[in-house]
Amino acid sequence: MIFRVCLAVLAILTASQLQAGEIAPEQRRSAYDTMSAGTRAMQDDDMANPATLWVLDGEALWSQPAGATQKSCADCHGDAKISMKGRAARYPQFDATTGGVVDLEQQINYCRRERQKATPLAFESHELLALSAWVSLQSRGARIEASTDPAAQKAIEAGRRLFTERRGQLNLSCAQCHDDNWGRSLAGATIPQGHPNGYPLYRLEWQSLGSMRRRLRNCLSGMRAELWPQDAPEYDDLEIYLMSRASSLTMESPAVRP
Amino acid sequence: MARALINVPPRAKKGDIIEIRTLISHPMETGYRAGFNGSLIPRDIIRSFVCLYNDIEVFRAEFSPAVAANPFISFHTMATESGKLTFRWTGDKDFDVTETQEIVVE
Amino acid sequence: MTGARPVQSGNRRQFVSRVIHVAIGASALPLAVSKARATPDLMQEAITKLVGDSKVREGRVKLEIPPLVENGNTVPLSVSVESPMTANDYVAEIHIFNEKNPQPYVIAAYFGPRAGLAQLAARVKLSDSQHVIAIAKMSDGSFWSDGADVIVTIAACVEINE
Repeated sequence: MIFRVCLAVLAILTASQLQAGEIAPEQRRSAYDTMSAGTRAMQDDDMANPATLWVLDGEALWSQPAGATQKSCADCHGDAKISMKGRAARYPQFDATTGGVVDLEQQINYCRRERQKATPLAFESHELLALSAWVSLQSRGARIEASTDPAAQKAIEAGRRLFTERRGQLNLSCAQCHDDNWGRSLAGATIPQGHPNGYPLYRLEWQSLGSMRRRLRNCLSGMRAELWPQDAPEYDDLEIYLMSRASSLTMESPAVRP
Repeated sequence: MARALINVPPRAKKGDIIEIRTLISHPMETGYRAGFNGSLIPRDIIRSFVCLYNDIEVFRAEFSPAVAANPFISFHTMATESGKLTFRWTGDKDFDVTETQEIVVE
Repeated sequence: MTGARPVQSGNRRQFVSRVIHVAIGASALPLAVSKARATPDLMQEAITKLVGDSKVREGRVKLEIPPLVENGNTVPLSVSVESPMTANDYVAEIHIFNEKNPQPYVIAAYFGPRAGLAQLAARVKLSDSQHVIAIAKMSDGSFWSDGADVIVTIAACVEINE
């Protein structure tokens, strides 16, 4: 497997003239566009999209009291269909109080800890993904806008650096695949532009819903790079950069991907 | 808790052939995969799915480990009378989930 | 492609060239995920167990499965069978078999005339590029079938158990 990936990667890198630089807004494409008809159909119909199983659990959790306060999300935020509309399209955000980047899952856990006085939910746990799916669903169709918050720019720049830096045993950067070679084939799969417009999403490979962080960790594995710890700020920076890089695309959460 | 999603038209005309689609959360662990320590993860699958229409079986399926996780099944039945559709999934580790849906047939 | 075989000679260059050859030749094919796997013979055995001495005719059955699937873990497929679906003439069973998963069985569905339409859609796992067969048993005891070849690709950057 490793051998095959290496060969495929080498084939791409030698066959194409590498060009640095980002994808122009008019060229930005959701990976949805290159998926097979069967996979698109799975995403298009909520009754066929397995992510709906998480959405329904998230909807139930939204109004379930938790923690020492016995407050639910709904007690503060009311109807998610109204209060959460478009919100996921603007995450991750820079959070002035912590001085760091907060993604949607971390925001949910912030609320649990500070507002509900409840134990934070584990990364990739069913409950966290369910809540994140329910909240993200309210942004379906919303346009992703790059953050104009001056405080966020430092994190976006850090993310951009991580995206273009070579790493791992294959000595590859994210940009070499997703900026320079999107649309070409790698080991039988089409290289996507790598936009985060569908998370959390149901990946056929995972047979489960998963977060953008899980996908980033898979990318690192694919590059034979060392994984950062699950709570490392590198993921936050990459996530906020990727959202700015995807601006003008529409949210599809919870999407289906191969 | 297993979450099931069932799509049955709430109303139909007598004699109409209706499509029923179901999704249920389940890992469908094949029993052929190795875990972190190299030993096989025990099989944990749904083995059987049945649909009753006013207590009469109208569709049944037997699953092997080759059915994908979170099984999706679509099939048809003729709308004959108003009443209750019952869906039951049973499998390994005493998995046993029953859901019902009402249908009005005019 | 059956996978890299042990090299008999100790010639390293030959080994490398063989591995490269195998790797390139296999680029559209997935990995074998398990040592335990069915074979075309095992599939035939399973089919014989179902049909006994009866003849399986081609036709009346339509198996729809993408010829090139993006991920073998979740492959959508559907089977439809031509039948009037009356009390005397209906499709009783649909069985799906494969030749390279660990087991030849995929799914079996049981119908009655009340189904109105003999159609089944499901999502299955295919561990490798292979031939998939759908067999329908009619109420008169006859068997009909359709088959399809599927190429299973695998993504480059897949999850690795940590």
